Amino acid sequence: MATELTPPGADPTRIHNIGYRKYDGQRLGRSYARRSLYSQSLRGAYGLGRSAKSKVLPMILFGVMVLVAAIIVAVAVAAPAGTMTKLPLSYTAFAISLQPVIGLYLASQAPQTVSRDLRFKTVPLYFSRPIERRDYVLAKYGAMASALFVLTAVPLVVLYAGALLAKFDFGAQTKGFGQGLVSVALLSVLFAGLGLVMAALTPRRGFGVAAVIALFTISYGAVSTVQVIAYSQEATGAVSWLGLFSPATLIDGVQTAFLGASSGYPGGYGPGAGAGVVHLLVVLALIAGSYAVLMRRYRKVGL
Amino acid sequence: MVRATTFGKVTAVIATEALSKRFPRVTALDRLSLDIGPGVTGLVGSNGAGKSTLIKILLGLSPATEGRAAVLGLDVATSGAEIRERVGYMPEHDCLPPDVSATEFVVHMARMSGLPATAARERTADTLRHVGLYEERYRPIGGYSTGMKQRVKLAQALVHDPQLVLLDEPTNGLDPVGRDEMLGLIRRIHTDFGISVLVTSHLLGELERTCDHVVVIDGGALLRSSSTSDFTQTTTTLAVEVTDSDAHPDGTRALREALTAAGVTLHAAEEQGLPGAGHVLLVEGEGEATYDLVRDTVADLGIGLVRMEQRRHHIAEVFHAGPQEQQIQQQSQQPAHAQLAPQTGGGHDGN
Repeated sequence: MATELTPPGADPTRIHNIGYRKYDGQRLGRSYARRSLYSQSLRGAYGLGRSAKSKVLPMILFGVMVLVAAIIVAVAVAAPAGTMTKLPLSYTAFAISLQPVIGLYLASQAPQTVSRDLRFKTVPLYFSRPIERRDYVLAKYGAMASALFVLTAVPLVVLYAGALLAKFDFGAQTKGFGQGLVSVALLSVLFAGLGLVMAALTPRRGFGVAAVIALFTISYGAVSTVQVIAYSQEATGAVSWLGLFSPATLIDGVQTAFLGASSGYPGGYGPGAGAGVVHLLVVLALIAGSYAVLMRRYRKVGL
Repeated sequence: MVRATTFGKVTAVIATEALSKRFPRVTALDRLSLDIGPGVTGLVGSNGAGKSTLIKILLGLSPATEGRAAVLGLDVATSGAEIRERVGYMPEHDCLPPDVSATEFVVHMARMSGLPATAARERTADTLRHVGLYEERYRPIGGYSTGMKQRVKLAQALVHDPQLVLLDEPTNGLDPVGRDEMLGLIRRIHTDFGISVLVTSHLLGELERTCDHVVVIDGGALLRSSSTSDFTQTTTTLAVEVTDSDAHPDGTRALREALTAAGVTLHAAEEQGLPGAGHVLLVEGEGEATYDLVRDTVADLGIGLVRMEQRRHHIAEVFHAGPQEQQIQQQSQQPAHAQLAPQTGGGHDGN
């Protein structure tokens, strides 16, 4: 039947030049462009819409996070009834325990989120369109934070589902799950900001990766070490204040003070309410500072 | 809504009035007043003449120090976003990520201009076809030739069907064939697509064949603005190179004598330093008749015609023609020295 549509002898694969067509459709403007950039960056942070090679690392790391949660759930469910009343690893402790994985994910994806556009000078193409600097920074920041939230919150959902399967106390589990979500949301925004700043200031991708790993891993290692020394010297007050100097211990401090978490600090000497407020203020200041630095970074990236 | 501008003609695509841009150490634009109508307009100037600064101001990305500018009747100071929605911009430098295909990249840029997803894909397919990218558009851009990359850059400037495109040095880095193709494409943007074009270059010769109107700026000030026919009428020069034959051991001299006898003006100066120097005659062109006359004369002498081409004029010729040059340079030099001191500490802000 289809052959009847083309005249006999005509090449059906021939492309006809139909000339230039004007576009009279709708133009959706700034907020649409910002949303498009956000979703493109978020997908990109998991390698979606990019080459197969770039999907490997984010997917493996995501798999590791979920796998660890699944193992914890398996232990909880398989344990003889009555021997366990709660998950072996609390909701709030999960992200802190797995923060090397989160750091690795951030180190691999923050540079691709921002430094590609800088390195290949694509940024002027964005700014020659209705979109503005603020839209660009918000979209990129939002996408990175959302990507981290997916990475950290999905395992919590697995844990929560497992806890309910194991018939643990519903109220306590729901409360813990909620606190965990708030904690990882804060962690996502903080880590994303710091990671993007490091990446945006080092346009070479390799340096960006190294800078992010250095910031998160080395600062965490250093703070933990000094904390242990302080603890062994019985300077327990210093233990909680030292937590201010690394992103992971900051989040630990905030959730210990406000979200009912038991601190991962040596000896469990997490900050009390007073030091907790300082921790929270530092977190908020770092987030605002990251945004400001990013805005400043793109100020000079004209044409 | 948009505040209508009160200066410039209503039909003007770009209008500037005493537009100045001063940086602490340089005056990039110096009281520049332009009135550019629809069509293809060439903006010629040497490096640092203020071309890119002007484009930045026209896109509403950089405020002018003094004066006003309007694009498509919109004031650049207040309606930057509206202007950028209706204008396409092709930068001079590389701006393409190597790891995505042309299609993906242009679709993304179309969405950044506000086109819905379906329209973005359709327009991308159309536009890439118009700029001459076919099967290769599905391959990563990293493997493209310079000519193909320039086409992708052009496509992203056209994909949202703007009313005006600003092309910054689109022929940069192209070989002669690629250059001619790009110039032909630029011509079509206006004739076939109905989009006005402002194209910058530092080569006057290539613009006079493409543009309806040429604006020459130097040191941030207007040097000359006229329709291209003005340029060609006064400056067309034909370069003619011929072979020698047994009857005429010096073909060049024979032709020179024959043409002089026929009443054609020949430039005294022969080209120096180029291949064939000494064998090239520079003939003052007076329209089609000159071509025919040269052809017939060569045929009558029985020598071979190696080439006959229009000489591309260098920007310098316009500079030498204008007496304003020195004056302009003095103006732009003075503030440079006066304000050198205060702006040295503003460098690094990241660390």
